[in-house]
This record gives sequence, structure tokens and C-alpha cells, in this order.
Amino acid sequence: MENAANKKKIWALVITGFFGMISILTFAYNNLYIYLSAYLWFGFIYGMCLQYGRFCFASAFRDLFAVGVPRMVVGIMIATLLFAFVSSFVTATGFSTFHPSPSGIHSAIAGLIFGVGMVFAGGCASGSLYKTGEGNGVAFLVVLSISITQSSFADIGGWMNKLVPQSWHESAIAKKLPEVINAGDGWLDQYLAGYVWNHPTVTFAKMAGLKNESLSGAFLGNFLLGVLLPALLLLVVVYFIWVRKNVIRDMSKAGVKSIGLREHRTGFWGMILSSKRTAIAGLILGIACGLQMFVIEGLRIKLGIRNAGEILTLLGFDSGISIRGTVFDPGYWYVTTQEAQWVGWVMHKLGWNNMDNIFFGYINGIPNPALNPADWMSLALIGGAAVMALISNEFKFKKPTMELAVWAIIGGFLMGIGSRLGLGCNIGAFFVRVANGDRGGWLFGIGMIGGAYIGVKFFNWWTERQMAKEMAGLEL
Amino acid sequence: MAVKFDKKREGVYSLDCTGYVCPHPQIYTKKMLEKIKKGDILEVTFDNPSSSESISAMCNAIGNEIIEKKADGGKFIYTIRKAA
Repeated sequence: MENAANKKKIWALVITGFFGMISILTFAYNNLYIYLSAYLWFGFIYGMCLQYGRFCFASAFRDLFAVGVPRMVVGIMIATLLFAFVSSFVTATGFSTFHPSPSGIHSAIAGLIFGVGMVFAGGCASGSLYKTGEGNGVAFLVVLSISITQSSFADIGGWMNKLVPQSWHESAIAKKLPEVINAGDGWLDQYLAGYVWNHPTVTFAKMAGLKNESLSGAFLGNFLLGVLLPALLLLVVVYFIWVRKNVIRDMSKAGVKSIGLREHRTGFWGMILSSKRTAIAGLILGIACGLQMFVIEGLRIKLGIRNAGEILTLLGFDSGISIRGTVFDPGYWYVTTQEAQWVGWVMHKLGWNNMDNIFFGYINGIPNPALNPADWMSLALIGGAAVMALISNEFKFKKPTMELAVWAIIGGFLMGIGSRLGLGCNIGAFFVRVANGDRGGWLFGIGMIGGAYIGVKFFNWWTERQMAKEMAGLEL
Repeated sequence: MAVKFDKKREGVYSLDCTGYVCPHPQIYTKKMLEKIKKGDILEVTFDNPSSSESISAMCNAIGNEIIEKKADGGKFIYTIRKAA
């Protein structure tokens, strides 16, 4: 048994060494590869933190609604607050890589679809990635389902064009995008160019009448109004609905006669510190996320580029680059777009012309996964999670059962659709946006909470049904 | 493979969620704890690491006592006594 645990530790070392060798060898070949390595090591840190803290956005509201456990909501809020604080500093110093996205009711609808999907799948987009690193076959299937759904959804036209309102079609055409993109064909193209792009980008700094990139805008607008106050409000609501009654019960048992504000303050802190693993992971994640923006922007300045597409061109790889010369290069933690690119690249190699749409052809490109910076981040995330799982002897290959495979495919499909409608997942559309004061982040989050509630209601019905079947004849 | 419920002896039950991912282990544990009598014991087996945190937190919140926690090679066995 001890021998098996030692073998796992050796594997952890091998994986870490493998990523180290990639960084060293590619840098020795061409120093531009340092840009990709920066993505790689932040991905590795994210993977380690996610696995250590069992950090999954799906469990935040699902476990709250299903089993009354608030630990993940707390962890996410800690991470968001830390990320937001570092982001505010990065924004105020002009190093931010973040751009707010157009937001509106579509953000909440996208979040709702995504929220149902993450409960069905048993993990959010980032959670499924780190669980893949634990050897979980179900999580891998979820990642695959998200990827296939997105890459197909990005390019599907035909009969789906009939579902596009005429106003979206006309508005998309009026944007006068390059002819090769054909913005009047394809559901997602017309949704983006004809509907989403007509919405404003709103930050809390802007709402408060402050300049986004100023010190007051970043800290008072985006951090204080956009993150700190809403996060505290959310935590207080969670405490009052789910935790307060347990605190009263425990204190009454302990002989406390009068339970007032002081006791509830103690109970509130108890809730915050109830899972040290989650809190520590949230703390490191939040700081790392903010630092990644700072490092990537610093490298862009040092290397004299604005987008990784320029690096790929300089390295002599010009295939799969968008018509604007760009590839997906968010400058911060992101999950779903690169997943769409994995499958999109394979489909393209198989002969599917999927570069005639906005998502791939105009914005993100479909670079070779071996040269895609965001891919390096996600693959290293899986690697980092694997290393942490191996060290703590929690790594285990698990084949999906038929029941779980069906849940994974349906959940992944819904998350894929939600991600494209919301311009990101629980990370890109919620975590990063909320932390950077983008109103759309909270709208997506509200939808995600609603989706988690619906998903849990369905799951409760399903598990009751399964229990009745499996427990028939069992005397209790 | 399905979730397995069993009665080991009077007042002692087992729940095997091996192979299942979130949220199955925690939801089945919660529902099973609701079904058994106060003071009864439930032995839960699962191999989904993130469920370990959720089950611990859930028991702590409800007041159920985790008598024993075993973890090895990605497999977890928690023995829980339902609060009296």
C-alpha cells in the first residue's frame, strides 16, 4: 500500500518535470515561448489549488440547495474578493488585460442554462478539468461534451438560421464584417453581431461615474461596489438562511442563554473558516488570478506584442489564426473557449470549414493545440490537479458508468450552450467578470444560481426514484 | 453499477457510492441519514474526493457525528452516527 503511494509521488514528480522540461526546452529554442510558459504555470497553480480545495463552482450553490453546505460559496467569495483586490491594483496601474463584455438579460439566461448543466454534469467547467486530473472519466466526458457542443454550436447555420429574428440578421449584416466571415449565416454569428454586440459594456466604476482605469474607479467602483458589498450581502444571506439555525442549536446545546449579535458574529466567522482547505485554495487562487493579468500584460509589453497571434506568426506558424491576426489570448484564467478550439481544430483538420464564423474565424482562431497559450494553461491545470491528487494519494482512474455518462453528456451539452451564449463559463463569464467589476458577471451568476436550484430539484426527484428502486425490501 | 444500500445488522447500515461523482454521494448520504433512526450508524463508501469535504461539512451542520474517517488510494469510508 505504501509502495503504491510512493509510486504515485514519483508520477507527480514526473508530471512536474515534464512541464518544467517543456518550459526550458521551448525557451531555449525561442524565447518567445516564455509567453506560453507563463500561461502553463498559472494553469498548473490553478489545478493544484482546485484539487486541494475541492474547488468547484457547481458545488457552491448545488451543495447549498441540496445538502445545506455553504463551504464552497464561502471559498468562491474569498477567491473573488482577493482576485478583485489584486485586479483593482492591476487595473489602476494600467496592466489589466480585462475587457468588460456586453451584458444584458442574455447573460442571466446563459447562466441559467449553464447552472442546470453543471449540476447534471457533477462539476462546472473548471471543476471538470481538475477532476479529469484526478483520473475521473466522467469529468473527462463532461469536458469532451462541452468542447464538441461549443465548436459545433459556433458554426451551425442551415435550419438554425430560421430561428434567428429578422432584426438580429439585419443588425449582423449592418456590422459590415469581412465577407469571408459571412455574419448573416449561422445562429451564433447573428446572435453575437446582431444582438449581443448591441448591448452596452457596464462596469460598476462606470455606473458610479468613475473612470474604470483610475484608482477610485478600480477600488471604489469595481472593488467596493462591485465585489465587496455584494459578496458580503450574499454571505450574510447564506448565513441567515442556512447557517444561523445551526449556530443557535449548537450554542443552546453549549448552554449559551442569550444569542445576540456577538454570537452571530462568531457564527459567521465559523462559517467562513469551516473549511480551511477551501479557504486556503480560494486565497491562493484569488491572488494568482490577479497576478496572471499582471504577468501576461508585462510580457506583452516586454515582447512588444498585443496578442499571441503575433507570437505564432513570428514563430512561423500562421495557420489557424483569425482574419484579424489574433488567436484566443485572454490574459487571464479562462476555460471554455480553448476547449472549443481543441475540437474545432480537429474538425477543421477533418475538412469542416469552421473558420467562416465570428467565434473562430474573426476572434479566436483555431491554432494548433500544441501552440495555443490557453491550451497550455488548461492542460497544465489538469497536470497540476493530477500532481496534487497523486501527492495526497487521491488519484484514481474511474471509468464512467452508463448512468453517469448520460448525465455527463447532457450536462456538458448544456454548459457548452450556456458558455457560448454567456461569452464564457463559471470562470470567464462569472468569476473573472465579477472580480473586474463587470455587471455581466453578476447577471451570469444570478442565472447560474437559478440553474443550480432547478438542477437540484430535478436531482432530488431522480435520487428519490433511484432509492425507492434500490432500497425495495430493505428494512429501516 | 448502481448505488448500493444495505443493512449490516440492527441499527447499522451501509451505503456504497463507489464510482459516483458529485453530487450523488452527498445527496444519497443526506437522504439515507434522513431515513434511518436517531443514533443509528451509517457507513458510507465513496471514491469522489470532493464529496469528502461536502459530507464532513453536512454532518457538522446537521449535528451528525463522523465516528471514523478512512481514506486510502482515492477510496473513502466514513462512519456516521445520526444525531440523537
